[in-house]
Order: sequence, then structure tokens, then C-alpha cells
Amino acid sequence: MRISELFARGEFVLTAEVGPPKGFHLDHLLHEAEEFLQDVHAINVTDCQSSVMRLSSLATCKALKDKGLNSIFQLTCRDRNRIALQSDLLSAAFFGIDNMLALTGDHTVMGDTKQAKPVFDLDSVSLLHCVKTLESGVDLAGNELDGEPPKFAKGAVVSPCSDSVDVQLAKMERKVEAGAEYFQTQAVYDSEKFIRFMEKAKQFKVPVQLGVIIPKNAGMANFMNNNIAGVSIPPEIIEELKADKEKTKAGVTGVEITARIIKECKDHCQGVHIMALGWESKVPALLEQAGLKGS
Amino acid sequence: MLITQLKTADEIKSLAGSKTVIISCEGCKEVHFPAAAAGELQKDLLGSGTASKVIRTEYVCSPENLSVQTKKHMDKLNAADTIVVFSCGVGVQSVSEKFAGKPVFAGCDTLPLPGYQGVTPLEVDCDQCGECYLNSTGGICPIASCSKSLVNGQCGGCKDGKCEVDKEMECAWDRIYKRLDKLQLLDSMKYPAKLRNFAPGS
Repeated sequence: MRISELFARGEFVLTAEVGPPKGFHLDHLLHEAEEFLQDVHAINVTDCQSSVMRLSSLATCKALKDKGLNSIFQLTCRDRNRIALQSDLLSAAFFGIDNMLALTGDHTVMGDTKQAKPVFDLDSVSLLHCVKTLESGVDLAGNELDGEPPKFAKGAVVSPCSDSVDVQLAKMERKVEAGAEYFQTQAVYDSEKFIRFMEKAKQFKVPVQLGVIIPKNAGMANFMNNNIAGVSIPPEIIEELKADKEKTKAGVTGVEITARIIKECKDHCQGVHIMALGWESKVPALLEQAGLKGS
Repeated sequence: MLITQLKTADEIKSLAGSKTVIISCEGCKEVHFPAAAAGELQKDLLGSGTASKVIRTEYVCSPENLSVQTKKHMDKLNAADTIVVFSCGVGVQSVSEKFAGKPVFAGCDTLPLPGYQGVTPLEVDCDQCGECYLNSTGGICPIASCSKSLVNGQCGGCKDGKCEVDKEMECAWDRIYKRLDKLQLLDSMKYPAKLRNFAPGS
């Protein structure tokens, strides 16, 4: 079901993210999704995340749907021109997948196949415009679609803790105008920064889900600080991860930190998006501690 | 080789302020420049009082040469509220760098022609995309300066003003935003979703 309908009903929308494998065996991913992600409203499936070649988002969304799980088709502009993007959107509609998330995508040199041609025929804004165009019954060339047009809940992303947050807000506005109906954010570790961002973002009148990544250890936190755009982890959190190595290794500290951030931010947003990065098994405990179970 | 093609008279007139100085770059052997049509249009702008001066010069693409060529016109240029440049995309970018505190607009689109491009090594580049974006981006080219050639704003890969592809490379859209903010022209970024036209000969 389209998560835009949940936002419209005023629900606090929970989503989690899974990354398809490098290979075509989905047993593990599907098992984890069924076991640990039953309490979220929809499951995002990444599209060759970090420019690493993997099984497609679309096939994985279909497999989740076959298990009765609601999915969000993430679509980047890195690997496909506008013909292929439109074709994949129609394919998603054919499979009954009706949530999508538009991203520009990381550059190809960020991943494991640096020789590949970076496409970027469209970008996140023009991709949203493209979805809206298809929904109106014509394609980007202006040619009519056969039969009833597709309909998606159209999502987009924004980085509230970016060091160039005003530039991000300007882009967010363009995405809203192009048709974005909901936003998921880059991982937030600084609640005050997020709340300040939401003060400015609320003028756009679209629901925003707080993005969180459960930190696994201090090394991961330092890595993200140095390498991941839009992510900034305060030193206190890194100290907290260093304090009790066993507790951190077991995921207890990461879940505590993330639950605390969710509690601090949840009155300022319309949902939470959890990027577990392999720690899907911690999601139930996180929802419990954040007071979101059964919401 | 490349071709510079005039933007429509209406578009150029809409860009000009009330005290516009025109820089018309002529004489570059690699460029087909519509000199007669440009001359007519410039005369029109002078006649209507929108432009106060036309500086006819050459090779504004080179920052050093641009400084030499504009030296005796600095009073007029400093007093101008807008500079409209008739040149290839490189020339417009060189002028917008030199006069970063002023709106600098392109009077031409730049299209490619096969063959020898010339050898002047320069800081900025023009991809000769044929639909010059410089007028909505503060004179900084998103096609040549953004690693993804994005035309609708910054992606999520900017960290400390640098591009995700290369920590030494400045994020073009960070620069564009700051330039437009300084010029109080941020509204010029609020155009509807733009899709590039890759059709040959378009």
C-alpha cells in the first residue's frame, strides 16, 4: 500500500531499509525481513547502494511483496537513462509496487565498478517530475500510456545535518515542487540540528521521516564522520561507543543511542526510517526502546 | 571548433538591468560568432537605454587578457548593475569570476562543431551543451563543474563544500548557491525540473 495514505491519516510511519545481496539468493534477506521487520509499515530496498553492483531493488521489492511485506522501490539515476527509468517504473507498477523513492545516486567511482559510465541523464528532481508525468498518463516524450496510468507514493531524501543545509533545503523545495510527497532523511545523530532543520522544512508541508543508522562501534562512527556526506556524529556519542566495548559489540549501546535520538526528535517529524545496515535483528529492540512498538 | 548562437532578444532583454554593460567577445578564430545579429541587438539595448556601454574585445576566456582588455573600462563596469557577455561559455565564466559580486549573464548558447578546439589552458570549461545554464546559476557552469553534471541542484554527496568524487574538487552547486545568495538571486534557482536535451543537433 502507498505510504502516502498512512501519512495522510496522520500515522507515524516506520520504515526500515534492506540491501540486496551480490548474487541472486534472497533467502537470508527475506528471512530477516519476515523475522525482524514485521512492525514497520514498509521496507526500503536500496538500488546498488554505494554504487556496488548487486541484485536489483525491483526484484527484491517483488520478492518482499510475495511474502506479504510492503516495499519501497528505491531508484537512482546513476545507472539508467530516462527510457530505462520509466520502463522500470512501469515494471514496478505491474508488480503492484506502489511506493518509490527518488535519488540522484552516488557517483560510480564511489563503488566497486569504477570503470562504469555514470549516467545521470535525470536527477532526483527530474525523476520525481518523470513519475508525475507517467501518473498523468503520458511518458516524458509526451506519448500516451496504454490503459490506466501508474500511481506511486513519491519519496525523496534530504540531509538535515549537512554542512550546507541551506543548499539542501533549496533542493528539498525543488523536490516538493516536482512532486515529492514524503521525505526520508540521511542519518541524524544531533537531535538539536534535526529540530532546527525541521523548523525550516515544515514550510514545505510534506511529511519527513527521521533517518537513523544504529552505530556499531566507534570505528564506524569515525569512518562515517570522515567519509559520509551529510553525517556528523558528535564526540560524546563516539565516547559512549568506546566506554563499554562488550556492550557496544552486542549492539546494546548503538540501540540505546538510536532510541534516545528517536525519542528526542519524534515530536518534530512524521515518522522514522531505520537504516540497519545488516543489524536488522536489532530493529525490534530499537522500536521497543523508542516506544514505537505497535504504533 | 564551436558555434556561439544568440539567445532570443526577449531573453537577453529580460536579463539586462537598468545600467547594463555589454562585453562582446569577437575575433576568436575557432568560434562562429553571429556578429551582425549580435551587433543589431546590442545597438537596440544601447538605444533603449538599458545598456550604457558595449565593450568590444577578444579572448575574455583568458583571465589575464580579460583584465588587460577591461582595464580602461573599469569605471563603467564598476557602476554597472548587470554585465551581459556575448561569448562562448568559457568567456562568460571568466567574466563572472572576475566580477563575482555582480550578476553576469550569457547572451549566447554554445554549441559544438567537430575539429580543433584551440589550446588555451584555462581554469573553467564549457561542454558546448547548446542550452547554456549560466544565466540561472550565477555564471558557474553545472555541466562542466559538477561531477554528475546535475542541472537541478546539489546532490547528497557534498561534504565541507567538496565533491564526493574528489576531496580536492569544490562542489559546483555549493559555489552556485553561495554566489546566488551573495547576488540576492536565489530565486533564479527555483525553476521547474529541468531535463537536459541530448538529441543530436538540438
